[in-house]
Amino acid sequence: MRDLASLLADHPFFHDVPAPYVTVLAGCARNVAVQPAAYIFRTGEPANAFYVLREGRVGIELPPVGGSPRTIQTVSAGDVLGWSWLIPPHQWRFDARALTPVRAVVLDGECLRKKCEQDHDLGYELLRRFSQVIADRLESARLQLQDLYGGA
Amino acid sequence: MRAKTKTNGRGADPMRPDLFLIKRVRKETADTFTMELQPQPGSRVRPFRPGQFNMLDVIGVGEVPISISGDPASTVRVGHTTRAVGAVTNAMSRLGRGGLLGVRGPFGTGWPLDLAAGRDVVIVAGGIGLAPLRPAIYHVLAHRSRYGRVVLLYGTRTPSDILFRNELRLWGGRFDLDVQVTVDRGEGGWRGNVGVVTPLIRRAGFDPLQALAMVCGPEIMMRFAVQELQKRGVTNDRIYVSLERNMKCAIGLCGHCQFGPFFVCKDGPVFRVDRVEPWLAKREI
Repeated sequence: MRDLASLLADHPFFHDVPAPYVTVLAGCARNVAVQPAAYIFRTGEPANAFYVLREGRVGIELPPVGGSPRTIQTVSAGDVLGWSWLIPPHQWRFDARALTPVRAVVLDGECLRKKCEQDHDLGYELLRRFSQVIADRLESARLQLQDLYGGA
Repeated sequence: MRAKTKTNGRGADPMRPDLFLIKRVRKETADTFTMELQPQPGSRVRPFRPGQFNMLDVIGVGEVPISISGDPASTVRVGHTTRAVGAVTNAMSRLGRGGLLGVRGPFGTGWPLDLAAGRDVVIVAGGIGLAPLRPAIYHVLAHRSRYGRVVLLYGTRTPSDILFRNELRLWGGRFDLDVQVTVDRGEGGWRGNVGVVTPLIRRAGFDPLQALAMVCGPEIMMRFAVQELQKRGVTNDRIYVSLERNMKCAIGLCGHCQFGPFFVCKDGPVFRVDRVEPWLAKREI
């Protein structure tokens, strides 16, 4: 069975992160398996973790307003899920639900925040990577709003 | 008197349509349909390169360029997939099985399937842009051992807008083809990917240092797809896009389809990205 540090090191999100940092991050990590249709987190709950997806697909949903929930994006193996642990007030802004069986490494947000405060280089490394994720998701959301395929 | 036009190299007048019978019509989505056309006496199915188009003439209504979406190996029928959006394509959709169409072509450039041999192949399609890529997929699958990893990434608006649904399901079941479909809006119990096609490029399994990419869809989608391919390390000389413009003559005479210094009908519709990139982001071109 592979240890958490090697699972993290092999994930695209942590590509080229120095090995000592991976070891530090693994200290805040644990494995998790989620059944299909189960909620991983819900809007408004405390955001105390992020998920390094190893297998499966997760829907990021807008909570239902009088109807059924609406999936606005999906993330899959190779992606990370959740950045609200990083940004005050540390509450989830959306629901996340497993669409297939999901296996992930969960990193404890509180533990990570403490380590980032202690080592700003580690904090910068994580922020740099999350900034890219946030920018990519924002770009995707903007493109979705364009209704790209309406005319083609 | 009609102006003298150059021939298409086989002695035929490229301005003279051949008569084809609509042998079969398959409704793909609410507004998109595929026709299988059969040549009438005196006409024949002309060989085509995947990516090329024909001019389809609804007699008495008008003529439009439509990409060929059928199997390039077929010698008895030619397939076209189009959306009913204008006067001609709406009239075409009303003709139905048994209707007659004038067909000129094939015209234009094709996908670089010979150059892709020995390489990983990344096919990125958006909306009805899957139709011009379908013959390339048929070709790659018919000559599968010539290619490395093959990835098909397809984005569309909703699950009900997915083209060639049954084929995508069959292709997705193959071990030698990675098919990923995503929709902008996951309606009707959809459990697949939701979002634009570009994140799929990020995750797809191919070697960017040698892969060749073929991209077709709305131009804004192609721009972002090209950027994502570039970010992964695919160089511009290995990225091809298919452009769409209004056309009239289809042989580079009338100038209707001018795109920068090119005529899409004759120099395209398939272009290597480094040839057209300066104009891809320009408005009103």
